[in-house]
Amino acid sequence: MAEKLLVNPIDCEGHGACAELLPEVVTMDEWGFPIVDPRPLPPGLERYARAAVSACPTLALRLLRE
Amino acid sequence: MTATMENTADAVTELPRLLPPRDGKTDGGPEGKSGGGRSHDFRIHAMRYGMLTYRDQPGILIGEAEAAGLTGRGGAAFPVHRKLQAVLDAAVKRRRTPVVIANGAESEPASDKDATLLWLSPHLVLDGLQLAAEAVGADTAVLYVHANRAHDVGGRLTEAIAQRQAAGIDRVPVQLATAPARFLSGQETALVNHLSGGPVTPTFPLPRITERGLNNAPTLVQNVETLAHLALIARKGPRWFRSVGTDAEPGSMLATIRRADGQPRIAEVPLGIPLKDLAGDLRQDGAVLVGGYHGTWLTGAQALKLTLDNRSLAGAEARVGAGIVIALPADRCGLVETARAVRYLALESAGQCGPCLNGLPRIAAALAEIAGGRARSKTIADVERWAGLVSGRGACHHPDGTVRFVRSALRTFAAEVDWHKRGHCSAANTRPFLPVPQGTARSENDWI
Repeated sequence: MAEKLLVNPIDCEGHGACAELLPEVVTMDEWGFPIVDPRPLPPGLERYARAAVSACPTLALRLLRE
Repeated sequence: MTATMENTADAVTELPRLLPPRDGKTDGGPEGKSGGGRSHDFRIHAMRYGMLTYRDQPGILIGEAEAAGLTGRGGAAFPVHRKLQAVLDAAVKRRRTPVVIANGAESEPASDKDATLLWLSPHLVLDGLQLAAEAVGADTAVLYVHANRAHDVGGRLTEAIAQRQAAGIDRVPVQLATAPARFLSGQETALVNHLSGGPVTPTFPLPRITERGLNNAPTLVQNVETLAHLALIARKGPRWFRSVGTDAEPGSMLATIRRADGQPRIAEVPLGIPLKDLAGDLRQDGAVLVGGYHGTWLTGAQALKLTLDNRSLAGAEARVGAGIVIALPADRCGLVETARAVRYLALESAGQCGPCLNGLPRIAAALAEIAGGRARSKTIADVERWAGLVSGRGACHHPDGTVRFVRSALRTFAAEVDWHKRGHCSAANTRPFLPVPQGTARSENDWI
């Protein structure tokens, strides 16, 4: 089942852990907030995505099953 | 009202439906003169429309709303039957009694149609609220209205609710609630957050409020005008509703029209009416704002060819929204006007989401530079990049709507942008035209 990463922009404070752990999917904008690729996660990245979700200090990231 | 509007309305039978019939003296609405006689009185209402007839089981009205093709009149034009069905389904699935909320916050500064409707025809809205409550099986109803209006709409509604109580009409008790004077007050999650005792700031849109909203119950939020239409569909049927408007977008809607004098005029118009019938003396080189401050500027040449429905407007990246049509007077500068409104929008950001918090003030400052003839060579490119960066990245659509407005201004007033680069401005009149409320939020108390 395809999964995709979703950021709660209210909870997000721009710590940047997600962009460091998952640069294939998350980049940072010029103000330090994550830009998340809206497409389903490419295969093989699920493990890193889960790591990014648990590394977020404000619990702003979640993995949605499509 | 002007001759143009009366001619237009006369060509269509049965309009106005929601507002009192024109007697030639009334211009309708709290901002106008008194208007409407005693149309807000329950007995007058019952004489004109007949008594409210309940459907006596949840769900029936949903089919009628679908057959009518009724869409939300708050701006999003979402099909009403789908929202009703979603709330009913969530209620059944979760075994929770839902809540219905009539949204009269109308926080768009250029709009005045909901306040006018509530002032002149409160019982149609309250009838619709009862019917919506019945359709989804709700036991709680809230009527949520904007504060800071020139007329005491709240007082009139309190009176209307009391009249209905005395007449034993309402099956579900109605609470009146006041929206803070913030631009985001009518945003659905912000409204639910506020009614739950929090600030009027948006929350993350999942789970949807149709699943879990006020008090965690499935929650239906419908614009007050939508509910008024529903009250008439229940009386007269879907076919009657479809007798005006277009096949794809049936029915009528309340529009707020502003022309050179800046005064709001409220007209009930069929969907699909030509914009030129609303905008007055529209010139090719003029400009029209459709949809308010989350809306789109159109050139006069575009507007002359378009009609007030989403199918027509989509080609010009515009939408009907809440029915605001503003003709920019020939002596005003569209860039200066847009910059002022965008500054207001940036200040009205709830400041919760990084991209909106960072992007909107920068965009507003850049527009002020452009409007003031102080733009640097990269200012336009900056605006375009920031516009891309804030789109789709907020918990609500405030950044998206703001950016739509900004981009349309840069498109529509492209010649004026060049003019400003050389230190000129075409405005012969610098008096502010677009209405922008005084008093931005200074502390957390302003969001409560």
